[in-house]
Amino acid sequence: MVDTTYIFLQHYWWFIVSLLGALLVFLLFVQGGQTLIYTIGKTEMERTMIVNALGRKWEFTFTTLVTFGGALFASFPLFYSTSFGGAYWVWMAILFCFVIQAVSYEYRSKPNNFLGPKTFEVFLFINGLLGTVLLGTAVATFFTGSQFSVAKINLTNINNPVISSWETPWHGLEATLNLHNVSLGLAVFFLARVLALLYFMNHINHPDILARSRKHLLYNAIPFLVFFLTFVIWLFIREGFAVNPSTGDVFMQKNKYLLNFIQMPIVLVLFVGGVVLVLWGIIKSLLQPYTKGIWFTGVGTLLAVLSLFLIAGYNNTAYYPSTFNLQHSLTIFNSSSSKFTLTVMSVVSLLIPFVVAYIWHAWKSIDVKKIDDEEMKNETHVY
Amino acid sequence: MEHFDLSLVNWSRAQFALTAMYHWVFVPLTLGLAFIVAFMETLYYKTGDEEWKRITKFWMTLFGINFAIGVATGIILEFEFGTNWSNYSWFVGDIFGAPLAIEGIMAFFMESTFIAVMFFGWNKVSKKFHLISTWLVALGANLSALWILVANAWMQYPAGMHFNPDTARNEMHNFWEVLLSPVAVNKFLHTISSGYVLAALFVVGISAWYLLKGRNILLAKQSIIIASVFGLITSIFLAFTGDGSAYQVAQKQPMKLAAMEGLYEGREGAPLVVIGALTPGKEYGDEKDPFLFRIQIPKLLSFLGYRSGDAFVPGVKDIVEGGYTYTDKDGNKMVALSAEQKIERGRIAIQALADYKNAKEAGDTIAMAYHRGILDENFEYFGYGYLNNPKSIIPNVPLTFYSFHIMVGLGFLFIAFFILMLYLIYFKGYQINKWLLRLSILMIPLAYIASQAGWIVAEVGRQPWVIQDILPTVAAVSRIDASAVQITFFLFFIIFTTLLIAELRIMFTQIKKGPKDGGK
Repeated sequence: MVDTTYIFLQHYWWFIVSLLGALLVFLLFVQGGQTLIYTIGKTEMERTMIVNALGRKWEFTFTTLVTFGGALFASFPLFYSTSFGGAYWVWMAILFCFVIQAVSYEYRSKPNNFLGPKTFEVFLFINGLLGTVLLGTAVATFFTGSQFSVAKINLTNINNPVISSWETPWHGLEATLNLHNVSLGLAVFFLARVLALLYFMNHINHPDILARSRKHLLYNAIPFLVFFLTFVIWLFIREGFAVNPSTGDVFMQKNKYLLNFIQMPIVLVLFVGGVVLVLWGIIKSLLQPYTKGIWFTGVGTLLAVLSLFLIAGYNNTAYYPSTFNLQHSLTIFNSSSSKFTLTVMSVVSLLIPFVVAYIWHAWKSIDVKKIDDEEMKNETHVY
Repeated sequence: MEHFDLSLVNWSRAQFALTAMYHWVFVPLTLGLAFIVAFMETLYYKTGDEEWKRITKFWMTLFGINFAIGVATGIILEFEFGTNWSNYSWFVGDIFGAPLAIEGIMAFFMESTFIAVMFFGWNKVSKKFHLISTWLVALGANLSALWILVANAWMQYPAGMHFNPDTARNEMHNFWEVLLSPVAVNKFLHTISSGYVLAALFVVGISAWYLLKGRNILLAKQSIIIASVFGLITSIFLAFTGDGSAYQVAQKQPMKLAAMEGLYEGREGAPLVVIGALTPGKEYGDEKDPFLFRIQIPKLLSFLGYRSGDAFVPGVKDIVEGGYTYTDKDGNKMVALSAEQKIERGRIAIQALADYKNAKEAGDTIAMAYHRGILDENFEYFGYGYLNNPKSIIPNVPLTFYSFHIMVGLGFLFIAFFILMLYLIYFKGYQINKWLLRLSILMIPLAYIASQAGWIVAEVGRQPWVIQDILPTVAAVSRIDASAVQITFFLFFIIFTTLLIAELRIMFTQIKKGPKDGGK
C-alpha cells in the first residue's frame, strides 16, 4: 500500500534541503566579495569597509552550509554516506576552503597574528574562488551523475561490509573534468561576485566603491550569463535520469529536466521568475544610480536555484544518479530517512519561520545604517 | 576474500581523533566564557557601571578569538561522518542525523545571528537587546552542544531505535528515548559543566597574571570573583555529573569501566583506585599483576558503579570469558555470554540478515519471517559478528586508565582551588599569595588536559565500538585509500597547528594589551 504521508514527507524534506541549498547559493555573495577585495578596494580604508561588510555576514553563510549538510545527513543519509564517503577529494577541498575562511575575518587585523594580514586575505580569496566553483561543480553532478555503487547486502559481508563505493580512483575529482559540471561551477562563481557587488552598492556608503562596483558588475554579469545559459541549455537538451514510478527502475529519458519544468508548471514559474528577477536587479543597477538591486537578484537567485534543485529530485527523477549502474542511483524515495525521523524533523522545522523572523530582526537592528569610514574609525570590533 | 584495511581504519581514527581533539581545545572555553561574559554584561546592565562594560568587552574579545577557530575546526567533524565513516552514516543516519539537523536549525542560527549583535551592536541596539543577544549566544552555544552530545551518547548507548532489515539500518522509533536517555542527560551535563570549569579557570588564570603584573587590578579582582563563584558551583556540579556518567558506564559499558580502573579480574566489593601505576606490557590472559603500585579505597568502585558496596564489578577477564551474573535493563538476572559466544551470535544475526534479504528477493514471505525472527533474537550482538578475536573487545587499558585518573584528580584539584580562592577573597580581603597566583596561571593548561582526558576516556574506552555492540569501528569506515586519509590527516595537522599558533599569539597579545583603555 502506498504511504502518502511518507511520500509527502520525502518531498517536503527535499524541498527544505533545496531551500537551504538555494539560500546557501545566495549567501555565497560573501565568498564572491572575498575575491573582489582588491578589485573594489583601492585604499586600506576601502578594503577595511569591504571586509567588514562581508565579515558581518560570513558566519551566516557558514552556518547555512553546515545546516545544509546536517539536513542532508538527517533526511537523505544514503546520499550523505555515498557522496561524502565517495567523492572524498572534492568535499575535502571544499571543507579546507571553509576552514581557512572561518578564522580569517577575526584574525586578519589582529596584531601579532602569525601569518600576517595578507595571508588571511589570500585565505579569503581561496575560499571565494575554490569554494564557489567546487560547490557549483559538485551540485552539477546531481544532473550529470557520478560513478558509484550502492549495495546494502554488503553489510552481510563480515570482511568488507561497506555499502557505498566510488568506482573511480579519482574520488570526486573526475567531476571537475566534466564541462557541464564546470559550467555550473563557474556560473556560481560569477553569480557570487555579481551578488557581492550588488551587496557592496547597497551596504557601503562610499562613492568610489559604488562606482567601481557598478563598473565591475557588468564585467561579472556577462560571464555569469554565458556560463549559466551554457549550463541551462545543455541541461534542457541532455538526457536525464528518470525513475519508473511503478518499478523504481531508473532509465535515461530525453530532455528529462526540460520535461520536469513543463510537467511542474509552478516550478517553471519559479525558475523563470527567478531568472527575470536576477536580470532585473543587475540591469536596473547598471542603468540607474540604484542600490537595491541585491534584493531583486538575491530573491531571484533563491527562486532559480530552488527550482533547479526541485527538478533534480521531483517528478520521478533520480537526484543523485549513478553512471556506474543506473539502478544504484539515489532518489528521494530510496535514500531518505524513515517516516518517523522525517516526521520528528518536520515538527522541528516548524521553528524555521521563527528563526527567519529573529534573523531578520537582528540584522535589521545592526544594519540600520550603511557602513562608512566614520563607523570604521569608531567601531571597537573591526575585522 | 577481501579483508578490512586496518591501515585505513587506523588512519581514519587518527584523523577523527586529531580533528575532534583540536575542536575540543576551543569549544569548552566558548561554552563557559559565553556565560561568564553574559553575567558580566548583566552586571553592567544592572549597575550602569562603565567598568563592567569594559570588563565585558575585554573578555568578549578573547571569546571572539577563540570562537572563530572553534567554528573552523568544527565544520570538519560534521562532514567527516560522511567522508571517513560512510558506512556508519548510513547505518545510523536515521538517528544520528536528526540531532545534527536540529542543531543546525535551532542552535547554530541562534548563535551566528546574535553573535553579530553581540560584537557589532553596542552602539546600534538598546542595552537590553544587546544583553539578550549575549545571553542567546551563550544559550545557542550550549544548545548546539546538547544535540551533538545526544548523538554521541546514543553511540555509547543506542536507545529508542530498532533495526530495519529492509533498509539495512537502524531507525529511530522514540525520539524522547534518544534525547532523554540517562547516558545522554549525564553526558550533556558533565560535558558542558567541564566547559564552564575550564572557562572559569581561564578567567581566574588570566586575572591572576594581571594581579602578578600589578595591572588592570579592578578588572582582575572583579573577574576573579565572578569566575571563582561560577567555577566552584560548576566544578561541584561536574563531580556529581561525573558520578552519574560513571554509573551509566558501569551499567551500559562494563568493559570501559574495567579499562578506566585497570580492573582485569572482577570481584565483589571492588575498590576504587585513587592513584596507581599499571604494569607495562600487561595483557589479558597473562599472570602479571596489573599494577606496579596502587592506593585504593575499599568497596568504592562497587558502590559508585552499582550503588552497593558489595556488588560484583566485572573485570576485563570476566567480560571476555563471560559466566558472571548481571542484571539486564529489564531487571532480569542474566549470565553474561563470553565474547566468543557473542561473536557467534553476531555472525548468526548477520547471516540471518543475508538470508532475509535473499528470501525477500525470492518473494518467500515464510522464510522472511523465519530469518527475521533469528535476526531479532540475536541483534543485540550484531556488531560482534564483524570481530575475529574475542580479545579485540578490549580497549587500550593504559590510555583509558591514566586519562580517567588524570581527569578525576584534576577535577577534585579544581574544586579545592576554587574553595581556596573564594576563602582568600571573602575572608582574607584578597590576600592572595604570589604562589597561588602563579598556580592560578598553571591551572589553565591543567584544565585543558583534564578536558581532553575526559574525551579520551569516553572515546578510547568504548573501542572497538562506534556504536556499542552494534557496529565496530572496523565496519564503519568509508571505502577509500588509506593513503588519501594519510594525506588529509597531515593537511589537517599542518593547518590546525598553524591556526592554533596564530590563535595563541593573538590571544596572548590581546591579554598583554588588556582592555582597550587600560581599565582602572
